[in-house]
Amino acid sequence: MATGSRGKQLRIRIHGGRVIDPANGIDAITDVYLAKGRIAGLGSAPDGFTADEEIDAAGCVVCPGLVDLAAAMREPGQEQKATIATETRAAASGGITTLCCLPDTSPVIDTPAVAELIRLRAAHTGKARVVTLGALTRNLDGEHLSEMAALRKAGCVGVSNAHRPMLNNLVLRRALEYAATFNLTVYLLPNDHALANEGCAHEGQVATRIGLPAIPEAAETAAVAHLLAVIEQVGVRAHFCRLTTGRAARMIARARYDGAPVTADVAIPYLYLSENDLSDFDSQCHVIPPLRTIEDRQQLRAALQSGTIQAICSDHQPHEPDAKMGPFPATEPGISGLDSLLPLSLRLVEEQVLDLPGLIRCLTIAPARILGLPYGSLSVGASADICIFNTDMTWMLDNSNLRSQGHNTPFAGWEMRGRVVHTLLEGRVVYSLRS
Amino acid sequence: MKGKNLQIDSQGRLRHFLSISGLNRQLLTEILDTAESFAGITEQTVKKVPLLRGKTIVNLFFEASTRTRTTFELAAKRLSADVLNINITQSSASKGETLLDTLRNIEAMHVDMFVVRHAESGAAHFIASHVEPHTSVINAGDGRHSHPTQAMLDMFTIRRVKGPDFGRLRVAIVGDVLHSRVARSQIHALNLLNTGEVRIVAPKTLIPAFAESLGVKVFHDLRAGIQDVDVIIMLRLQHERMKGALLPSEHEYYELFGLTEKKIDQASPDAIVMHPGPINRGVEMDSEVADGPRSVILQQVTHGIAVRMAVMSMAMRSKQEGDG
Repeated sequence: MATGSRGKQLRIRIHGGRVIDPANGIDAITDVYLAKGRIAGLGSAPDGFTADEEIDAAGCVVCPGLVDLAAAMREPGQEQKATIATETRAAASGGITTLCCLPDTSPVIDTPAVAELIRLRAAHTGKARVVTLGALTRNLDGEHLSEMAALRKAGCVGVSNAHRPMLNNLVLRRALEYAATFNLTVYLLPNDHALANEGCAHEGQVATRIGLPAIPEAAETAAVAHLLAVIEQVGVRAHFCRLTTGRAARMIARARYDGAPVTADVAIPYLYLSENDLSDFDSQCHVIPPLRTIEDRQQLRAALQSGTIQAICSDHQPHEPDAKMGPFPATEPGISGLDSLLPLSLRLVEEQVLDLPGLIRCLTIAPARILGLPYGSLSVGASADICIFNTDMTWMLDNSNLRSQGHNTPFAGWEMRGRVVHTLLEGRVVYSLRS
Repeated sequence: MKGKNLQIDSQGRLRHFLSISGLNRQLLTEILDTAESFAGITEQTVKKVPLLRGKTIVNLFFEASTRTRTTFELAAKRLSADVLNINITQSSASKGETLLDTLRNIEAMHVDMFVVRHAESGAAHFIASHVEPHTSVINAGDGRHSHPTQAMLDMFTIRRVKGPDFGRLRVAIVGDVLHSRVARSQIHALNLLNTGEVRIVAPKTLIPAFAESLGVKVFHDLRAGIQDVDVIIMLRLQHERMKGALLPSEHEYYELFGLTEKKIDQASPDAIVMHPGPINRGVEMDSEVADGPRSVILQQVTHGIAVRMAVMSMAMRSKQEGDG
């Protein structure tokens, strides 16, 4: 849909790989057949199929292309940090075939024109599919409703006010009602801006010791509580983005138990880092919402296991080097995450948080369903978006192999296990690891 | 840079002075002993020693300060260094130059030491991790993080008045601990010196989360908090704290937490009263107390010079004899 028709869609047989497709409960060593940009069959060849090309996947996992719920492209508006061209290329090398970006570009995605611009740029590059969330309020001002029907028509898969606050609960209620009118999912980043009080670190022992302006747990939980109250009143489908506290995850679990139409995701850095990583004022660990405690990290992992949190995303926020050069509170928050999404996620298997099919679910079909998109599976007839990765290959993440234009990552120097070998988008190879 | 202690060189000597945490008792004692040797000099008619002759020290102040900057300047001059004061609030920061650019430009003038004050926590660490290997950095206060020379001059003052055994002392720090880099540094220093008991006293709005993890006892009542203490350290209350819904009024704060002659009766009979200055008379303490016999506030200022001389000469010595 968003990738144009450049490049030939060959008939491809991917053979000998361990095919994992959680949407269809498949985990077997078998072959995958692609034709006309779609999955033509699994197992035995469809009638009359002759392959133009063979991909040897022996020793590798073959799974649906990853779907990332949160990746900032920085375009339009902040091209000094990254562009759609650079970041979709990085996504392809990370096995990610669908990216969702928040509306906080410059200008904001509050008109069909901006949504269209992003779609066209991505299609021109053709390395990954980019979908957009429209602004919930005009210019994200938190006060005036955006033209949501027009945004939906322009292809926006949902609406969000990104990191900006809503003026009050009345505007929030109206905005959710209006979104529900058009069956749009609302993506919420729970943060009580007054309680956060321009802090830059979790209000805990580390911030207390080194004197960083702090953001209490209640900045997240108070927001989740009042958002849940309004969501349940309105009945809108809502997705909670980037939970960081165990308590918020428990509130979501309770709401889901009570039947509220809510889902949630977690960004991968929050499953590995904690407030302790701030002790040396490492600006690469400056993220908003802040890294919480070791206990929160543990509880977020448990919430993934229980299904309270369905999806893992990169929360990719590439920056130019200058953005991270300064005293900690003065630096820009965010981690460049496309390069490390899959290998870091694979550690969850190693650490026995999830099994491999369970992890792949969190990276493919689960986020695709949240977005309401027909991707993230290897069902016959589905778009041939495929990630083929070697689970044993180890490598060191560093500046020389980061594909994103943003080199801002605290994971540089970490040994990664698992590497993408081929990525296919709509039946075309968009990335192959050079041996 | 992670995990590496920027402040200490490979031989365990002071390389930069950025915060109290990360140092050890031996180094703190060395600072106090060195300051003691300089305290004599500052009382002589010729107050100079040639220790840092030919060295250039830049006072790089991104935040206004009179007392701290002046004592740093005097300390440097008494060590015979050349001193340059740069006040960035009125300079390049307002022209959009980045902190690193400012630093590089001044460094290009072959500076040996930076004394830095900045409004952001971690600024001194940032600068120390980006200066040339031959340059030392002394933190003169960064955000809410640290003000280590202030803490050391306070320790020096306590040691001079109360003797070297901190183990038998109870110390109460009263006031806005939440926003105070001074309090954080004092708490770390007192604990490193094995102080018998460290207390903080303030309403909950001015106490940081998990304050006990700093190694203090928390009190919300002044009388209880200063009962039987040997040292009372009062913190300055910034006027802007009335705006952020942290306190209702200076009047109520004074009523509850202002130190008066009457309330001091709770403390040990020979308790001393300290304050990092400048004092809000009638807010955190009465003039009667500030100017009274227990007050060592002006001695703190005098000691500030000797302590800063000590820290500067130690950091400079580390790199002179340095790693090559």
